Amino acid sequence: MKGSMVEISDDVAGSSSFRRKRFRISRDRISALATLAPSIILLGIFVYGFIVWTVYVSFTNWNSFIPNFSFAGLKNYLFVFETFRFQSDLRNIVVFTILFIIACIVIGLFLAMLIDQKIKAESLFRSIFIFPMAVSFVVTGVIWSWILNPQTGVNLILKAMGFKHLPSWFLSTTIIPNITVGQIQLGIPLALLAVLIAAVWEMSGFAMAVYLAGLRGISDDIKEAARIDGAGSWRIFWSIILPQLKATTTTVVIILTAASLKIFGLIYAMTGPGQEFVTDMPSMDMFQTTFQGNEFAQGAAISVVLLIIMAAFIVPYLISTLKQGEDE
Amino acid sequence: MKKKLGLSLAAVATLGSIALTGCGSQSATPAPSSGGTPAANQSASGQQLQIFSWWTGVASSKALNALIGVYKQQYPNVSVINEAVAGGAGSNAKAVLASRMEAGNPPGTFQVHGGNGSLLSWIQAGDMKPLNSLYTKEGWYQDFPQSLLNMLTVNGKIYAVPVDMQRANVLWYNPAIFHKYNLTPPTTFSQFFADAKVLKSHGITPLALANHGNWEATLLWSDVLLGTLGETQYNQLLSGKGSWTSPGVVSAAQTFSKMMAYTNSDYSALHWQQADQMVAQGQAAMNVQGDWAQGYFTTDLHLTPGTGFGWAPTPGTQGVFAAVTDVFGLPSKLKSDTLTLNFLKVLGSEKGQDVFNPLKGTFSPRLDANTSLYDAYSRSAMASFKKDPLALIIGQGGANPGFTNQVNNAMEIFVTNHNVNQFVSAVNSAAQANPLN
Repeated sequence: MKGSMVEISDDVAGSSSFRRKRFRISRDRISALATLAPSIILLGIFVYGFIVWTVYVSFTNWNSFIPNFSFAGLKNYLFVFETFRFQSDLRNIVVFTILFIIACIVIGLFLAMLIDQKIKAESLFRSIFIFPMAVSFVVTGVIWSWILNPQTGVNLILKAMGFKHLPSWFLSTTIIPNITVGQIQLGIPLALLAVLIAAVWEMSGFAMAVYLAGLRGISDDIKEAARIDGAGSWRIFWSIILPQLKATTTTVVIILTAASLKIFGLIYAMTGPGQEFVTDMPSMDMFQTTFQGNEFAQGAAISVVLLIIMAAFIVPYLISTLKQGEDE
Repeated sequence: MKKKLGLSLAAVATLGSIALTGCGSQSATPAPSSGGTPAANQSASGQQLQIFSWWTGVASSKALNALIGVYKQQYPNVSVINEAVAGGAGSNAKAVLASRMEAGNPPGTFQVHGGNGSLLSWIQAGDMKPLNSLYTKEGWYQDFPQSLLNMLTVNGKIYAVPVDMQRANVLWYNPAIFHKYNLTPPTTFSQFFADAKVLKSHGITPLALANHGNWEATLLWSDVLLGTLGETQYNQLLSGKGSWTSPGVVSAAQTFSKMMAYTNSDYSALHWQQADQMVAQGQAAMNVQGDWAQGYFTTDLHLTPGTGFGWAPTPGTQGVFAAVTDVFGLPSKLKSDTLTLNFLKVLGSEKGQDVFNPLKGTFSPRLDANTSLYDAYSRSAMASFKKDPLALIIGQGGANPGFTNQVNNAMEIFVTNHNVNQFVSAVNSAAQANPLN
């Protein structure tokens, strides 16, 4: 999980390095290439080579242990898209990603602003908020499934406080607002909110750390000047601080998007696919289709769709960073 | 192409950890073998046997090592490599195995469930060699029940040796509760619902259900289907010779849906052990689960069979034994068969199975197995196994994996919306898309 995040940012950073048109072969360049070669070769095989292979498999009839590479056209894609499960997955992943990013950014920025007020024991608070990120998503899932289990955890406290109708957290099959389209209901599944709480608990500390770095980059002189001009705190926040955090926000959004789209461990440990697939995700569907059902081509089709969704988020960002590189 | 396939599968299977197969290297994570000689001192002929399984749990790895010990006594010059792959209830192991098979680098022998699941896939793919001559030589045709051997036979050729036996149609119950309300374990569905009404009126959950893994409800439905159709019709259905839209299947789905009204509401948060715990602690009266639950009752909860927990066949399945068995076979792409055949001899022998099964908490499927090695529950299961016809279940490697996965998916919807027609038609189209025989 963490490793692949770093990978993405590395790709992004490396993409603008071939800007200069004049190409002088120098010793530096040779040693640079020699240093990069192993990782380029490994990435080429294990990332891009297998992406090509997965796309190829998704167009075959290989849906059992017996390899069958006859051309199936879009059969696997059509089959997958028709299933209730995959349609639910698409609803879930869109809802989850949007809510996850908004919640992490709001909470992360809020915490960063608080810590930025030159408080005492700043590093202690920073550690406390960022610590959940050090915990594996699987562990987070197990812990939160205990906390939010309808018969234990939080509900015992609510019971003691005299609440009669206790929430069923991640067991709920309620979807709000319930708009039926075809065979699925569009809206926010309540059960997904329980998963969201756990995910936000884990990742908002990361958003906080990045924002804190961004805030430190804003010079006090500008803030001071605005204050002298009679701007209030809110005005300074909206007109000066937020605009300067644009680049930081982009970074946070990209990394959180990547984390959100391929979320697996948390779901696997906490809820599983859930009743009526209210907490299912494409990654989970892919895993079960491929490794429990041995439907390799269908699993590959799900992976390719997930890759396209990822690309839809990441590619615009790549283009914008490349453009910025040229403008400099 | 083959090599590339092996590579890709392995990379996917180990989820990013680099395991290069297809170039003669060892597979991902060899568990420490029991007393295997280090690779350096191997004899020149390369006397090395790889045993592949997903037995990484405490009890099962102990049992496997004991079995390997018996083999080593007879064949001290062979170095045995225990290649157990952990995780995913065997699905990680299956993925690693698939990559090795494709790469033409199979292990010496591997664990697979008997039935029409993965075993049948491997046989159809031409990856297994028949073992008829071994069976004849060892006299095994007389040592195992014919209905068990039928599960391992395709077109008259037998492809695997069974090492253990588990039962999947068991109704576990709390004897104290049943005694208190003068109930007997239900033998029919109408009796089950009568009992359930009584229990519910006293504030006890009649049937504990756990469905976190989504296979548990499918297991319950398999048993309901078996109890509704009877063994003959049920076995025809599961071997692709029946209709999944027949009135019997619909009626089983209706019964299942009615049962759901007598279960705990938080089933999708629970693992099967937690459902059995509810029975043990008296919050619930009954639970349907395979007899791996018995190990949990005795080892983890320290209960005595008979007084701490009781058992009966699930309603309507008296005189039928729903079998889950681990079997080992002979991969066809091995360079030499001798080591594997010798291991299979030990695996199928009385001595090997008597060492293995008590440790694993299963029982030996041999007709001459030593009953004195087992506790009261296992002895009663053995008695049923020896005389009753066997059935496979959906899941646990009993049926086509693609079919099973789609039934699980249909079940995930059915447990919530109770739409019988939708469920039956989903199961039917799963059977159409994934041939069962």
